[in-house]
Amino acid sequence: MSRRINGLQAWALQRFSAVFLIGFSLYVLLDLSINPVSGYSQWRSWLGQPLNSVLIMLASAMLLIHAWVGIRDVIMDYIHPLALRVLVLSLFALGLLASAAWLATILIKVLV
Amino acid sequence: MLTGNNKRPVFLTLYQIRLPVTAVLSIFHRVFGVIMVIAIPFLIYQLDKSVTSEQAYDEVVECLSSPWLRVLTGLLAWFFIYHLLAGIRFLILDLDIGTERVMARNSAWLVYALALLAAVALMAVLL
Repeated sequence: MSRRINGLQAWALQRFSAVFLIGFSLYVLLDLSINPVSGYSQWRSWLGQPLNSVLIMLASAMLLIHAWVGIRDVIMDYIHPLALRVLVLSLFALGLLASAAWLATILIKVLV
Repeated sequence: MLTGNNKRPVFLTLYQIRLPVTAVLSIFHRVFGVIMVIAIPFLIYQLDKSVTSEQAYDEVVECLSSPWLRVLTGLLAWFFIYHLLAGIRFLILDLDIGTERVMARNSAWLVYALALLAAVALMAVLL
């Protein structure tokens, strides 16, 4: 795969995830302002509603993808020595993968 | 990486560079984006704790309403709103709408104005 195609893919992923996250944010803001949630049990049942848990799952994936494309762009713009660039990219990649795993365990906790 | 003309002039006297409003908007969109990426583990930690038990949930609420964390979460919320608004502007620019200089500058000022409103609203909620 050529670098140009990679760049276009990243650009498209960044835009697609951005649009999803805008929609998700508006949904959460509207839903919580119409039906405010307070207390542990309401919070758990809000997170556990079928529509909400599916949207949160998707939004988590979109957020991490968006974060990865963005941080990758920034690192490639400002960190030029190759070894350091690879090191910093790897650290963020690991951190975001760990975040994905962590978020998955939270979602399982909410649904089980 | 860079090949060809390596003797091109470089002017990096930062305090003498006057950037247009659109460039400043873009830089802060970036800076706040990076800060939010770094904040992800902290936010996941709070989310994890909030679904663990009733007691842990209360601890999260208490922790987030302490003065320092209130400032921190308020700032993060403001970074998020700024990033969102500036991002919507970029998406509209991607559609080739508002790319003329006057329009681009006006829309950048509009984002600043809306972000300022959001800051005032956040302060009203948090204080």
